[in-house]
Amino acid sequence: MKFLQSPAVKVGLSIAIATGLYGISFGALSVASGLDFWQTMALSFLLFSGGSQFAFIGVISGGGTGIAAMSASALLGIRNGIYGMQMNALLSPRTWRKLLAAQVTIDESTATASGQTDPGEQRRGFWAAGVGIFILWNLFTAVGALAGNALGDPKQWGLDGAAVAAFLALLWPRLRGKEPAAIAVVCGLATLLAVPFLPSGVPILVAAGVAGVIGWSAHNRVPAGMAPDIEPYDEPYSEHDCHHMVLPEDATASRGRAENGPQDRRPE
Amino acid sequence: MSLWFWIIVACVVSYATKLVGYLVPAKWMKNERMSRVAATLTIGLLASLTVVNAFSSGQQLTFDARFGALLAAAVALVLRAPFLVVVIAGAAAAALLRLAGWG
Repeated sequence: MKFLQSPAVKVGLSIAIATGLYGISFGALSVASGLDFWQTMALSFLLFSGGSQFAFIGVISGGGTGIAAMSASALLGIRNGIYGMQMNALLSPRTWRKLLAAQVTIDESTATASGQTDPGEQRRGFWAAGVGIFILWNLFTAVGALAGNALGDPKQWGLDGAAVAAFLALLWPRLRGKEPAAIAVVCGLATLLAVPFLPSGVPILVAAGVAGVIGWSAHNRVPAGMAPDIEPYDEPYSEHDCHHMVLPEDATASRGRAENGPQDRRPE
Repeated sequence: MSLWFWIIVACVVSYATKLVGYLVPAKWMKNERMSRVAATLTIGLLASLTVVNAFSSGQQLTFDARFGALLAAAVALVLRAPFLVVVIAGAAAAALLRLAGWG
């Protein structure tokens, strides 16, 4: 029961439901663009990265070649490599878990994990979102591929709005203080400027580049409260988080972020 | 058959990209400068994902019901609503605005 009571798991599963349902639209569009059922399922099961999958079928439905579809998908997937680097430092999965973690390293699992303070919660959030989305995304891809457009547009149910809200909710607790807010605004603007000129997915890399340069160069002026591990909802859940912090394993995992001690993490 | 080939290649490339990130030694990321980069990177990526999901459709900038979702989510966050409530507020705002004929 502890797993399900974890706040990070709740966040992860909420995202998993909203994102997983979107698999319906991928399944339906993929079949409409000319892939068969098993080709559609191969993309959701093996490629498993929403943006890359939509790019692949987008190129095919536009009459593009297989190699062009693969290239677009590969370009969009680059950010997953950056996420992998972050998640490896944050979660340090070992042996077979590393191989499994890599497959479920996507926007949502990374965002859920890095939205948590406590190493145990980071781990639970990552797996809940990653595995939850993997299962639901594949399930609903199959539904979409079989039922086609009979279910209607997921936009009608506001699922694209749910994604916007989820990402804002993960960003929100990091915006206390002028500097983090300024970084968010600069990166948001960089994204807006890049969208019309670059293939979709790449503007996120541009924003990542801008953020990386800011972090690298202005490194003495970044406030301590802006740790990579501020938890989104400090108040209602704080009692859950306390007892994970004293575990020796967790203490080791958080040593790398020692300059932002536990006391500094909660800005209030 | 040729399409199958490129599907498999795309899948292998996708997995390899993800795995390469995990093969970067965690030590490299665990110093003061890198943890600050990780902090700014997380803020940048989340801000960018929010903007992309709210205002873009492929390579086009759009202004539609998702802006309502963004506002509704912001209001819910100001009111300190739990995560799931924020997400539902976003979905409901977008769905209702579309029902009303916008976006």
